[in-house]
Amino acid sequence: MSDEKEPVMTETSSPAAPRETKEAADARIASAAIADFGIDTTSMSTREAVGDYFSRLKAGQLGSLPALLGLLVLVILFASLSDSFFTLYNIANLLSQGAGQTIIAMGIVFVLLLGEIDLSAGTASGVCGAVMALHFVRNGNLLGSLGSGVFIAFLVILVLAVLLSAYLRIWVGAALSTVAIVIVLTGGAANAWLEMLLAVCVGTAIGCLTGFLVSKIGMPSFVVTLALFLVWQGVILQFIGQGGTLGIRTSPVLNDVANGNLSTVMSWLLFVIGAGGFGAVVLGRHFSRLKRGLVTQPTPIVLFKVGAVALIGAVATYLMTVNRAPNNNIMLSGVPYVVPIVLALLTLGTYVLNRTQYGRHIYAVGGNQEAARRAGINVSKIRASVFVICSSVAAIGAIVYSSKVGSVDPQAGGLNTLLFAVGAAVIGGTSLFGGKGRVFDAVIGGLVLAVVSNGLGLLQQSAATVNIITGLVLLLAATVDALSRRRAAAAPR
Amino acid sequence: MSEPILEIKGLNKSFGPVHVLHDVDFSVRAGEVTALVGDNGAGKSTLVKCIAGIHPSDSGTVTFQGEQTHIRGPRDAADLGIEVVYQDLALADNLDIVQNMFLGRERGSKWLLDEASMEKAARETLASLSVRTVKSVRTLVSALSGGQRQTVAIAKSVLWDSKVVLLDEPTAALGVAQTRQVLDLVRRLAEQGLGVVLISHNMADVFEVADRIDVLYLGRLVTEVHTKDVTHNQVVELITAGRSGDLGLARPEAVVL
Repeated sequence: MSDEKEPVMTETSSPAAPRETKEAADARIASAAIADFGIDTTSMSTREAVGDYFSRLKAGQLGSLPALLGLLVLVILFASLSDSFFTLYNIANLLSQGAGQTIIAMGIVFVLLLGEIDLSAGTASGVCGAVMALHFVRNGNLLGSLGSGVFIAFLVILVLAVLLSAYLRIWVGAALSTVAIVIVLTGGAANAWLEMLLAVCVGTAIGCLTGFLVSKIGMPSFVVTLALFLVWQGVILQFIGQGGTLGIRTSPVLNDVANGNLSTVMSWLLFVIGAGGFGAVVLGRHFSRLKRGLVTQPTPIVLFKVGAVALIGAVATYLMTVNRAPNNNIMLSGVPYVVPIVLALLTLGTYVLNRTQYGRHIYAVGGNQEAARRAGINVSKIRASVFVICSSVAAIGAIVYSSKVGSVDPQAGGLNTLLFAVGAAVIGGTSLFGGKGRVFDAVIGGLVLAVVSNGLGLLQQSAATVNIITGLVLLLAATVDALSRRRAAAAPR
Repeated sequence: MSEPILEIKGLNKSFGPVHVLHDVDFSVRAGEVTALVGDNGAGKSTLVKCIAGIHPSDSGTVTFQGEQTHIRGPRDAADLGIEVVYQDLALADNLDIVQNMFLGRERGSKWLLDEASMEKAARETLASLSVRTVKSVRTLVSALSGGQRQTVAIAKSVLWDSKVVLLDEPTAALGVAQTRQVLDLVRRLAEQGLGVVLISHNMADVFEVADRIDVLYLGRLVTEVHTKDVTHNQVVELITAGRSGDLGLARPEAVVL
């Protein structure tokens, strides 16, 4: 998606910056006074732009390139080691296996951008999954399944979330928490859509509590979310009961979220919307900048980028619409539902971070909190809001991974769900120190982790090996990041 | 002389039992550079922060362009056209020049920022200040030198059609060439008709760019002099002792108890 945030123009460290002043007198540049800014007023030729890209790579500005290359290496490696890895069936399966933690990672990127951490996102998502499953299994009767004491405590927490988010002036949080209360109290019959909405709203409510504790009480987010990590783990256990399992496979909708596929027509429609939307946004921005006399990347490069995305999308869509069933008796084709879900979240998150005032303020608070405060930004509101986003998105992740497994048990969202999600964001290139990161990073990192665990699983490696290898991949990603950072710091200005 | 654009009368400010500013009268004139000097702890930064609305003042009146007004917060000051360049610059390293200059006051709708318009305006503002050292307004602040950052911080303050700019030690952390740039910039702001207040410890800088010098001594504004009427030594005496010859505080023997 539009993750490329004017990379060629952010000329920071190329020593050989082209400054053709004769071109600065170009008719597009209205004012002669602004001819001083060589790079802003002089268009680069395609060849220069490509050369400039490589010189920036040398200077240590790698972006998500290491993660993409790593992904490629891993795919080639597993494809050569296992016959069943690079099959359409397995690729589609891999996408839905990794989708849950990828989605949680997308939410965590917002928290990491402020230099905060949300250790509770995993177990918080588990609570959302448990509430969703309970509502489904008990046909909406949460009071009966929780017992009156727990039910009232649950309601009190939701009401508290409404009050706190209203106090923080995060109105979306207050509204969604209220929706959760309404759904819980009305106790209507089981309905998959209602249950998914409930899960997201409970996630929002949890985020309001975390956000309040971090931003208004002023506790370090590490401590708050470490405590809440334990709390939510206990809550899941209380809701489901020791050894209990809530099956949700019987609901066609809940089951299809991670296991279903779009029809062939819908798959191609998704391609048209996705590639067309990407092209429209990128080209629209390109030509509107040209029209206003601003420098852009050379048109051939922009066209190439759009064309490449469209081509890859078309090939992927075609392959996914081919029958990929492992045996001939059944028909299995179409793009998995998780793809449009992840793409929609990626588009939304990228738009919020790059195009809106709110996103700009998130980066500002992450970069320099005091500067943001003096610029009149409501820092505590921003800090609280990212936790609301994180927990709400984690709830969507819970829906996906619960659907994949087909049930919710007391371990949901526990174990290393959260650590994998943070790892995914970091592998993609998000900084733990704040100010640097994109939602796209989480998707790339999530794919890397999914490939590792899926590939090693096919090679029938033990859990021990999987954990060790995954850890080493994370370590490698962090090393590349640290080295490139050192290089960037040493690069000439 | 022209009427002051910003006039402060009888300003008092205490932090708990510590009385930091005593009945300070201070004025800023358009098109002039007023230097605010004083020893460490004399209350210079506190005075600036009172004007900027960061600290509420205990008493005193503020007259801006002939009208009495109240400054209750940073937003009020900004709305009047008072901008402050802080000692620590307050720029976000991870954002580029344009994003920093428009931080908190982005153009376009809340849900779709107008990047093109901001980029153009930022470039034009920097150009109007004859800044030539920045290659691209999309450069991240982390990649800028100290002098360039200072320039961006100052440009940020003039972007808003501001009328008064307060600079708190803008050259403290800079090298010779960079100090030169910033001082030229300060002079140019005054030539463009802004009221400029410069806080500095460097007498050479003060004598070079300031039209008037206001001396703070232990929270009192002891005197306001024209730069051309005084010498270095007199100003240093005023800063350290509060008086110099007939200037400054009355001699103790002349005080009627």
